[in-house]
Amino acid sequence: MAITRTDVLHVARLARLELAPDELPKLEADLRRIVEYVSELAQVDTEGIPPTAHVTVAHAPLRADVPRPGLSHEAALAEAPRCSDGAFAVPTFVDES
Amino acid sequence: MSVLGLSIPELADAVASGHIGAEEAARASLRAIGERAELNAFLHVAEQAALASARAIDRRRAAGEKLGALAGVPIAIKDALCTVDAPTTCASKILTRNGIGWRPPYDATVIERLRAADAVLVGKTNMDEFAMGSSSENSAFGPVRNPHDPSRSPGGSSGGSAVAVAAGMASGALGSDTGGSIRQPAALTGVVGLKPTYGRVSRYGLVAFASSLDQVGPFARDVRGAARLLAVIAGHDARDSTSSTEPVGDYEAACERPIAEMRIGVAEEYFAPGLDPDVEASVRAMLARLEAEGARLVPVTLPHTRYGIATYYVIATAEASANLARYDGVRFGERVEPPGADLDEMYGATRDAGFGREVKRRILLGTYVLSAGYYDAYYKKAQQVRTLIARDFSAAFANVDVIAAPTSPTPAFELGARLEDPLAMYLSDVCTLPASLAGICAISVPVAPTPARADRPALPVGLQLMAPPFAEERLFTVAAACERLA
Repeated sequence: MAITRTDVLHVARLARLELAPDELPKLEADLRRIVEYVSELAQVDTEGIPPTAHVTVAHAPLRADVPRPGLSHEAALAEAPRCSDGAFAVPTFVDES
Repeated sequence: MSVLGLSIPELADAVASGHIGAEEAARASLRAIGERAELNAFLHVAEQAALASARAIDRRRAAGEKLGALAGVPIAIKDALCTVDAPTTCASKILTRNGIGWRPPYDATVIERLRAADAVLVGKTNMDEFAMGSSSENSAFGPVRNPHDPSRSPGGSSGGSAVAVAAGMASGALGSDTGGSIRQPAALTGVVGLKPTYGRVSRYGLVAFASSLDQVGPFARDVRGAARLLAVIAGHDARDSTSSTEPVGDYEAACERPIAEMRIGVAEEYFAPGLDPDVEASVRAMLARLEAEGARLVPVTLPHTRYGIATYYVIATAEASANLARYDGVRFGERVEPPGADLDEMYGATRDAGFGREVKRRILLGTYVLSAGYYDAYYKKAQQVRTLIARDFSAAFANVDVIAAPTSPTPAFELGARLEDPLAMYLSDVCTLPASLAGICAISVPVAPTPARADRPALPVGLQLMAPPFAEERLFTVAAACERLA
């Protein structure tokens, strides 16, 4: 199943990537070729083979439940493009009308 | 001989005993960096910080303090590792605002360990953006050039770190290897580069690309230098729950061990069509020397090798699409906010302007293989093939101690040659991806360069050695033998 323009725009939306119109044709062509290439995995018989998510980590180790210092409020905000009232500032995203 | 001509252990010993000043070594490194600026290996040169830390080391020695294992050794750092006193950009515009790189609020664990060992950090090296690439051309700040032929790529993604060592700008360097990003540039620039076993080195403070594959590792001009560096950075870290509690080996002692009776596996899958004949000749010549030295060459088979590229590019991009979701213009880095834009539009505009083409390609591919309807066919399938690739290695290591192969199917290629063809670039990684997927350790050590031809000069060649999880000592034993026999 070849990748279509609609697929590219759909995943771009999922990935929060606002692609410029002039980027689209090349990206679409590249993705089509790459997806075609990785489709060779379908040839491999994987019946009954468990998937590997992680090679060496058998279980997630737990650390002791003791408080320790974290990032200070000031350090956390130091690199923010915009902040106000001691918080990260972002454009409006709740429609209050 | 210049200070930077010394190996890492020699220089550290000379500084610790007061024969060479740390400041003298730092100045030699900073001078070399300035003289080779056209190679574009560095994104940030930490001149003041390096000199200040070198002077502090010299003062402590003068006061009679015992110095660390990397006393006064100039080390270059891939710009994917967080440093509190230097900008960290991953060669991306999205971590650069108004021309100034992001300042992390903490040091990566490996950086803390280098500082504690009295290394002098001379700067941050150029790379493919977010470590995505095999040529160090996908940098928002221009490509890195290969010192053996500046019209060629040094490989990637840790190209700047490889070049810093190859061109004598630093005694050693740190890189990160997700699918070959240390080993391949080491091979293409003629230095030693090691990808540790997954979990051998802490990833805390390494900017994440593909979390089940990423490892930090050393570059050095010789095998002992890489051994000293690995010993400093390896070991459990409570801040990375995937880091192993397995004891750290004695890597320098391993360099002195004989290879007689060692079984070296040779898999013909790594000598497939597409392998440059000069690279093959160099690698096979070294295998013959190892055999003459008493090692046994044993044929092994790794039948799923050819699926490594497809498996890797599904798994790595899937993980990357999740990891790179954090670059949203809210907490750090670049923000693009068109007038009247709402939050979603701000995210979209920031990410479109901040990421380069290859990063976008990989985010889109990763999102696609994880999306509803395609997950089983691509992502889950790739995870199953990953199991088969890992089983190939386990079966082979039942009969051999290490497996030898070329590191890269070709020597250094020309800048631009693969840039417009992402698939051709991905094929560059055919020899290094399987070890990454299996989570085992692997090293690239220089062997005889290719002979000069009409169309290319003599170029470095790397032999790759792979060993089971946490068997880095075996890699050092055989790699040190290659160095002696070269």
